[in-house]
Amino acid sequence: MRRYFNPAKVALNLSVFLLALFILGPILWLGVHAFVTDWKYPHLYPSGLTLNWWSKVFLDSALKTAIRNSLIISPIVVVLSMVICLPAAYAAGRKNYWGRKTFMITLFSANSFPKIGLFAAIATLYYTLNLMGTFLGVVIIQLLGTIIYMTWIPAAAFASVPRYLEEAARDAGANKFTVFRTITLRMAMPGILVAIVMSFLASFDEAQGSYLVGAPTIYTMPTEMYSLVQNYPIQVAAVFSILLAIPSVLLLGLARKHIMGGQLAEGFQIK
Amino acid sequence: MKNVEENMGLELRGLKKILGGRVIIENLDLSVAKGEMISLLGPSGCGKTTTLRMIAGFLIPDAGTVTVAGRDVTNFGPEKRPSAMVFQNYALWPHMTVSKNVAYPLKIKGLGKIEIAEKVEAALGLVNLLHHKDSRPGRISGGEQQRVALARALIQEPDVLLLDEPLSNLDAKLREKVREDIRELQRRLGITTVIVTHDQEEALSISDRVAVMNSGKIEQFSNPQDLYRHPATEYVATFIGALNRFEGNLVEGRIVSGSDVIGIRPEDLILSSQPKDGAFLGAVELVIPRGHFFEVVIRREDGIFKAFTNEFIPAVGENVFVKIKKSLRYQNGKLVA
Repeated sequence: MRRYFNPAKVALNLSVFLLALFILGPILWLGVHAFVTDWKYPHLYPSGLTLNWWSKVFLDSALKTAIRNSLIISPIVVVLSMVICLPAAYAAGRKNYWGRKTFMITLFSANSFPKIGLFAAIATLYYTLNLMGTFLGVVIIQLLGTIIYMTWIPAAAFASVPRYLEEAARDAGANKFTVFRTITLRMAMPGILVAIVMSFLASFDEAQGSYLVGAPTIYTMPTEMYSLVQNYPIQVAAVFSILLAIPSVLLLGLARKHIMGGQLAEGFQIK
Repeated sequence: MKNVEENMGLELRGLKKILGGRVIIENLDLSVAKGEMISLLGPSGCGKTTTLRMIAGFLIPDAGTVTVAGRDVTNFGPEKRPSAMVFQNYALWPHMTVSKNVAYPLKIKGLGKIEIAEKVEAALGLVNLLHHKDSRPGRISGGEQQRVALARALIQEPDVLLLDEPLSNLDAKLREKVREDIRELQRRLGITTVIVTHDQEEALSISDRVAVMNSGKIEQFSNPQDLYRHPATEYVATFIGALNRFEGNLVEGRIVSGSDVIGIRPEDLILSSQPKDGAFLGAVELVIPRGHFFEVVIRREDGIFKAFTNEFIPAVGENVFVKIKKSLRYQNGKLVA
């Protein structure tokens, strides 16, 4: 039997393929270049496969330090952000106090101007406080970028927990703290998890401010990229980019599994 | 002896609640005997939900006392009160399975795992939901959700069970069945129960006694027959069932002008084609079939009467004799014997 040829279907498949190539192309390029010795025009095939670039990254003390700094600073930033912002988010989501809306809008101020201006102003402050080039200085700079996520998203999550569910728990014999722990917090958890992922990524990817106040003593992975692009073979940058992308991909994968597939999808179906 | 028994149930004394500067409940008294099932019935805004929330402990009264099983619980929070509530929207926790929902009160109490499992099994068995043990509340029907909420309340072995509009979220068919199930369960367990409802049929058919409420006060607290046959106030008479209401006095079977209010139930009008003692002629204006009876509207020279009949059914335009068999007389809103 002759196979039926449908030009429209072929055109559609082709355009989907091209779109995917456009989106994924740079990642493919990175993926290939991280494992080949050299692959330049006019050669059709790479000249050879190697793990050389990976060992170079892991043996280079500057790069290793940057990776370590990033993996230490970002979790600290997220935890600090949670400690500072979650109580505020709970208050903003549950209590109706005077100036609540103004407060929440003001939080956007750090995000509503060109950041470099803000960072320059902070830098002058840092000089007088001796925070330039310090670990704490970088943590504070990165903290700024997480505040929006860690207040607005959990505030909405806390606000969406119906009061009668808390009342039912009180009626069942739970005191206020137990109600918060077993009902309110549990039901707001998907929103808090999203905020944690977003905050981690915001901190992990932050380069501008971290470079300004951290260099030349504290380098994180994104700020190290600046010197990397200029001073190392292109394949090392490819390896480093892949390393930089791993936490994002892992976190988004986890978020998809636990938030979209979990309670958020299941939970809010009853009236 | 009766007083002692009553004190073992639920006792509200001089309750008062002001919310947002408005007096919601004013000096409310209510005694519910142990094992009795009563309803708080009234239109929205009459204070019945506020009263229920004061019994449950979500609201602390501004004055008065709440006594449950002989113990003054007025200043206790809901977690310390020996009452359990079934919420109007059931309030099941969506992140827990059915059995986790039911187990929650026992877990809070700190009971052992095995004991909890046994009691949960028993409670779910009581409401016929063992097969949904591991389902999430969002996956089961409204009627089943309500049974879970009931099981969660009963597992606490409360001295008073509170039901807030228990049938309002169910469809009409299911409503009757659930009503009977609740009643049967309540009788079997002998548990003191307070229901809040705006549906008089629901209140009259399920309760031992009904408290009819109006603007923060109890107008009458009686058994269903009493409420219907001897409504203590004009408000109760018009609120419960159908009523022909006339401003005037009843003299020798006729309405004449006067200062009283006369109420006549439609089934207390006797229609006949032949003249009778105390019956007066009127013209039939409307005949409406109502299933097992007919509603007949008759214009008499002293007023328009609505009668329920299933024996003698006149035709529209026909003249019939109407006799008032029984009437209720009110002065300043109160029943005069």
